[in-house]
Amino acid sequence: MIKGLFRISPGFEDVMPAEYKELVTTGPYGREVGVSDLGTFKELIEEHPLCAGCAESLALRLILASLPNPEDTVIVGSTGCSSLAFSQVAVHNIHSLFGNQNAVATGLKRALRLRFPDKVKDVLVIAGDGATVDIGLDMVMQSWFRRELITTIMLDNEVYANTGGQESGMSPQGAVLNMAPLGKKFPKVALPEIAREAGCVYVATISPDLPRRLGKVVRRAILVAREIGPSYVQIFCPCPTNFKFRSAEVLQKIRERQKEGTFQVREYVSPEAEAYLAGLEGAKQREEQ
Amino acid sequence: MAGLQREVDPEYLFSGVPRRQVFITGSEAVAEAVKRANADMAIAYPITPQSESMHLVGDLFAQGYLKDYYRGENEFAVMAAVHGASLGGGRVFTATSGPGTLRAMEMFPVWAGSRQPIVCAFMCRGVSLPPSIQPENIEMAMLLDTGMLMFHAEDAQDLYDLILRAFVIAEQPDVHLPAGVFVDGFFVTHTRSAVALPPDDLKLPAYDPRRAPVPTFDMETPPIRIVRDPLLNKSNFISYSANASWHQEIVAAAERARKHIRRYMGGLLEVEDPYAKIFLAASGTAVSQSREALKVLRSEGIRAGLIKIKSVRPFPTEEIVAATAHAELIVVPEFNIGGWLAREIKAAIDNNRRVVGGPRLFGGMTMPTELIVNEVRNALDWSGAKRPDLRAGI
Repeated sequence: MIKGLFRISPGFEDVMPAEYKELVTTGPYGREVGVSDLGTFKELIEEHPLCAGCAESLALRLILASLPNPEDTVIVGSTGCSSLAFSQVAVHNIHSLFGNQNAVATGLKRALRLRFPDKVKDVLVIAGDGATVDIGLDMVMQSWFRRELITTIMLDNEVYANTGGQESGMSPQGAVLNMAPLGKKFPKVALPEIAREAGCVYVATISPDLPRRLGKVVRRAILVAREIGPSYVQIFCPCPTNFKFRSAEVLQKIRERQKEGTFQVREYVSPEAEAYLAGLEGAKQREEQ
Repeated sequence: MAGLQREVDPEYLFSGVPRRQVFITGSEAVAEAVKRANADMAIAYPITPQSESMHLVGDLFAQGYLKDYYRGENEFAVMAAVHGASLGGGRVFTATSGPGTLRAMEMFPVWAGSRQPIVCAFMCRGVSLPPSIQPENIEMAMLLDTGMLMFHAEDAQDLYDLILRAFVIAEQPDVHLPAGVFVDGFFVTHTRSAVALPPDDLKLPAYDPRRAPVPTFDMETPPIRIVRDPLLNKSNFISYSANASWHQEIVAAAERARKHIRRYMGGLLEVEDPYAKIFLAASGTAVSQSREALKVLRSEGIRAGLIKIKSVRPFPTEEIVAATAHAELIVVPEFNIGGWLAREIKAAIDNNRRVVGGPRLFGGMTMPTELIVNEVRNALDWSGAKRPDLRAGI
C-alpha cells in the first residue's frame, strides 16, 4: 500500500464513519502490532455477524491481529460462516465461490508478483473445513504440489455450519449430524499430514485458546510462504450452534478435546523453513536487544 | 523477438499496418493473436481440440511473450485461477472445449459478476454421451446468459482477429466484461487456411487496471474496505435491490459494448445481398457452408442472401430485424441439436414463421451443402415463394 492511500481526503472527515477514522488514526497498517497489543489499536474486523461464542470469530480476530504486513495482504476466502465476516474486514478480500479458494489465490499471487516485483504481497487463504478438505481439496492440494507461495488457513469447526450442520470430512467419527443420521463412518481427515507430504514447508495445528501461540503460528506461516514454500495452519474452532453447547463453553470445549487427545497442538517446520525462520527471528531478537 | 515488440494503437494493429499472408491452422492463429495481445499470463488445461493452441501459447511463454504460464489441475480451477489473476490486475488468456466448458461453468457468471475482462477461447465440441470429441457448438447455448460477451469465428482469420479485438472491447472501462471467442473445433483449429497477419513486433497497449470500473484486489486501490453491510447476509428489500442493480449493470455494460463492437469488428453481423427475399442466417463454420450453398442456389436461379452473425452476445437484434424486414424465408443451419441460433432469431423478429431452423448437424457430422440447399427447396412452393403451410422450424 502506498503511503497515505488510506488517508481521508480533506473535506470528507466529517462524513466518514467513526470506525474508518479509527482505522486511519490507530489502525495496524505499517505498524508492528500483534495479539499482545489487542485493545491498543483499531482491529481490522468490524461488527461481524457470526454467532455468539463462535470460535471462528475469535480465531479471525487473532489471525487479523497477527498479519505481519496487513497493508500488503490480500485474503481469499470461501463460502461458509467465515465469508459472512470478511466483508467487514479492512484488507482486500475475495469471496469467489465454494472450494476454488486456492486456485483463485494461485492466480492472484502470481499476478501480484508480476505487477509488484519489488514489494512483498502476502496472499492468505482462510476457509472452513468443508471448503478446504471436501469440495476444495483438489485445488488446495494442487496448489501445494505446485509449491505456490500462499498460506492456507483452515477454520476447523468440524461441520458445515452455515448450511445447517451437515457432516464434513473434519467431523469426528461417530458424530450424528445432518446427512450423517447414523453417525459419521470415518475419522477426521488427516490434512496436516497430507499437507506435509504434499509440499507444505510449514504446518501447524492450533486453537484460539492459545492466542499468543496462534499469533506466532500465523506469522511464521505467512513469513515462510514469502520465499520458502506453501504453508498450512489448521485452527480448531468448535461450533456451539451446531454441536449444541453454550457459547461461553467454547474454550472449555477445546481444552476438553485437548485433554482427551482428539485435538493436539502441533507444528512441523521443514529444515529449510527452520533455517529461514531462525534467520528472521534471530535478526528480530538482535534488533530488540 | 518478445523483448523487441512495441505497443501500438489497437486500430493501427488491426487495420493500419500492411499484413502478410501465411498458411496456418486455427490453433496457430490463436497463438499469433496471443503473441500480439501483450497478455501477462495464460493458464492451460488439456482437452481436445483446444490443447494444441495452448501448447503454442506455452511456447510463447518460453520465448518471453508472456510473463507467466502453467498447467492447471482442471478447467474449474483454471477459470478460478485466471479469475484470481485478473482480480490482481493482470491481462489473462485461457481456452477450453466442450466438457471443459461445462466443468468450469460455475466460474463464467462469476467473471461477469466481478466485471473482469478475461478473454477465453472456446474450441467447441460435443459434450454428451455417447462420448464425442467432434465439432458441435451446443456449449454456446449454455453460455448465453452468463453475462459474457460472445463472438463466433467463422475461420482462422476470424479467430485471430476476434481474439485481439475481444481484449480491446472487453477492457473498455464502460464494458469491462469477460469475452468468449468461439470457434467450431477441428473444422477451424485443425485445418490450414490463409491468414493475413500484421508484423509480430507490434502488440496491444498494456492493460491498465487503474481504468477498471471496479477496484483491483492489490491493496493499492481504494476502497480498501469494500463494503460495510454485505448483500449476502441481509434478507431485506435493500439488499435484494442492490443485488438486482448489480445484475442490471452487467447487462447494461454488454449493451454499451455494441458501439465498440461496431468500431473494432465492423458490426455485430454482416449481410450479403441485403435485398434478397430468402436468407441463410448462420454463425461459425455454418457460415462457410452457407456460402457454398448460396453458389448452388444461385446456379439454380434461386436468389438468396447471407446473414453472418459475429456477435452472439450482445445479440444483433436491431440489425437482424432490419436485415430481414423484407425477407420471406430465413433458413438457419447449425452445428448443434438444440438450434439455439434459430431460437434467438425467432425471438428477435416478427412473423417468425419465416424462420426455418435447420439443417442441424452434431455428433461429428459435417454439413454437406445439399442439406442447406434442400432445406431452402423444401420451404419453397412451385412458384418459388415460401410455402404458406410450413411450420416454424423443426
